[in-house]
Amino acid sequence: MDWGIILNNTLAAILTPTTLAFALAALGLAMHFGFAGLLNFGIAGFMAIGAYSYAISVLTFGFPWWLAMLMGIVGSILFAILLGIPTLRLRGDYLAIATIAAAEIARLLFLTTSFTDVTGSADGLFGYNNAGGFNDANPFPPGSYGFGPWTYNRETLWVVLFGLVVLALCVWLLWALMRSPWGRVIKGIREDEDAIRALGKNVFAYKMQALIIGGVFGGLGGIVYAAFANVSPGVYVTSLTFFIWTALLLGGAATVFGPVIGSIIFWVLQAFLSNVLPALATAGILPISSTQASTLRFVLVGLGLMLLVIFRPQGIFGDKRELTFVK
Amino acid sequence: MQFLDTAKPSRFMKFSLVIFTMLMLGLGLPSGSAQADSVGEELPFGVSGNVKVDGQGVEGVKLSVSGPGYSANVETDANGQWFVGVPERTNYSVTLDESTLPEGIAVLDGEPVREVEIGVGGRSVMNFFIGEGERNTVSFGDQLVARLIYGINFGLMLGLAAVGLSLVFGTTGLSNFAHGEMVTFGAVAALLFGVILEVPIWAAIPLAVALSAGFGWAMDAGLWRPLRKRGIGIVQLMIVSIGLSLTVRYVIQFFIGGDTQQLPGFDSPKINLFGAVALSATDLISMGISIAVILAFAYWLLRTQTGKATRAISDNPDLAEASGIDVDKVVRIVWILASAMAGLAGVLWAYFRPGIKWDMGTQILLLIFAAVTLGGLGTAFGAFLGALIVGILVETSSLFIPADLKYVGALVVLIVVLLVRPQGLLGRKQRIG
Repeated sequence: MDWGIILNNTLAAILTPTTLAFALAALGLAMHFGFAGLLNFGIAGFMAIGAYSYAISVLTFGFPWWLAMLMGIVGSILFAILLGIPTLRLRGDYLAIATIAAAEIARLLFLTTSFTDVTGSADGLFGYNNAGGFNDANPFPPGSYGFGPWTYNRETLWVVLFGLVVLALCVWLLWALMRSPWGRVIKGIREDEDAIRALGKNVFAYKMQALIIGGVFGGLGGIVYAAFANVSPGVYVTSLTFFIWTALLLGGAATVFGPVIGSIIFWVLQAFLSNVLPALATAGILPISSTQASTLRFVLVGLGLMLLVIFRPQGIFGDKRELTFVK
Repeated sequence: MQFLDTAKPSRFMKFSLVIFTMLMLGLGLPSGSAQADSVGEELPFGVSGNVKVDGQGVEGVKLSVSGPGYSANVETDANGQWFVGVPERTNYSVTLDESTLPEGIAVLDGEPVREVEIGVGGRSVMNFFIGEGERNTVSFGDQLVARLIYGINFGLMLGLAAVGLSLVFGTTGLSNFAHGEMVTFGAVAALLFGVILEVPIWAAIPLAVALSAGFGWAMDAGLWRPLRKRGIGIVQLMIVSIGLSLTVRYVIQFFIGGDTQQLPGFDSPKINLFGAVALSATDLISMGISIAVILAFAYWLLRTQTGKATRAISDNPDLAEASGIDVDKVVRIVWILASAMAGLAGVLWAYFRPGIKWDMGTQILLLIFAAVTLGGLGTAFGAFLGALIVGILVETSSLFIPADLKYVGALVVLIVVLLVRPQGLLGRKQRIG
């Protein structure tokens, strides 16, 4: 067992395009669930819509990368509106089931062979970062950057920088929104919808706005991930939604920085476990095969989620008074 | 084409080219022949075929084979032959890419997609004969009847799982996302008894159902009851059930791995009943068991004291408790029953798919939710009705939409129901809150 490599891989997970994409999606969920109290279990669908809208805009319609990414945002907004109209008037658990179903519908539509020309079916889409000029817009000359575990090549550095800028903007936006009068209404809806309605606010409109903003964060998460890896329908499964929920609840649902920290912790733990468990199995310390060892970390994710929700539902950074599990 | 006076010359050209499809030739052609361009030969099952025009093989025609979670592309060799290995014994759709056919040759009816089921021998043949001949098809009416019966079979099985989910929701308010894993658990328990311990299957299935019942009791005693005592909210409980779902799912994968495994008798031969309806003995027994269990359950819910108490708790838990009903005891019985029925559904689902896989329950979890929502959350008979409708819808919809989109129909129905009648078919308005 080489602890040096394990430590290196673990620390590297602090800043990767995947961690950034997760943080963006978790930030969207924080808007939905943490602040507005909307039980969105379809965040993987928002990510898929963002990623596919970007890739399809480039590959099918020949848009430049920045316009295609804007289309990804537009796609997320449309998905939010489409989803919100029938479901936002419903109680929490109905919304949860409807959103999870909508995300699956989106994934199955991307997966079907009926639209292979556009969606690439099970193979997914690739080559759009070159075709759309995202790679050409890379300001860094070829080479190796960074130090220690955080060493990136030219391409990854560009995606990381891009993701960091997007994430910083979204964090700032969420922070600014939540200290504005709009944010107070949103938190009020979470605590007591009827009280806010009695104040003469259009609760449905506020919820819809929250769903759209969080959905755009989720879509941006999908875009950042697409800028790094190929778009594949196998990524946007319901498990992804549950992993993002775990990351969100780790950090604290009703916080601005919680989702970001939660995603980092989630991926650092994942990287650590995915390195250390197979290593322990190979070294004969754990009496299991290395395939079983890599399955074990998902068992731990599930257990972690259960324990977290039972014993510390406000997350690591959350405030117990701002507990979102009011109902 | 000089004799052509319509505006569609290309249609006329296709006229001489007729597709002759042979679905599921039991014996098959020498499928794994050396010349066939083949993909995935290391996989346990396979689909192969020929693409021919006037008896001549066509080279370089692209085909794709796709099924649940798997797809592969292949190109025909000089003799028009191809082979694709597939990982599971299930339905796959074979698509012939018309643009790779020689100039002027096309698929006449615009349907270059065919569904193929991996047969008894683990190999299936899907031939695209493009040349003169007669098309061999089953009439639409016959297909519809056949699909309806498969749909009822699937719906009955879904119903077993949906009723339990609905009862748990009715009595505890929990939308249990781990219900899919309770389905998988039953199938894996049957695998444990029937295959690993080699108990005869007629004894292994009741043992598996009993173990599932025990699993339900253990979940209630070890997790849900303590959480109810702590007074944890239903949204929190729902997320706990998601954590439980992940845990159980990956624990199952930890033990049985990622492969599909079969129960004894899964490949019992199909019997032609009438028209295009061919059911195996297993299908018939499965439907019989489902109906018997549902009837017994209905009797329990309507006539026995515990059943009445269950309905009382579903209506108003506080009032039920105040009138002397032991809510904890009833909820425990509901968990045991729900888990046993979900386990039985898992065994039947393992025969219907066919195969046992670690994520098989998750695959139908949303269909179960769709059934429960359609019927009305918390109503047992509504859930059963919803399951029948969803089952029939899923099976018949593949006549109209591509087979790989058949679950989409049911999920769209779920959202439409929420839009127009959120309380479901048999639910009451007050529940939507």
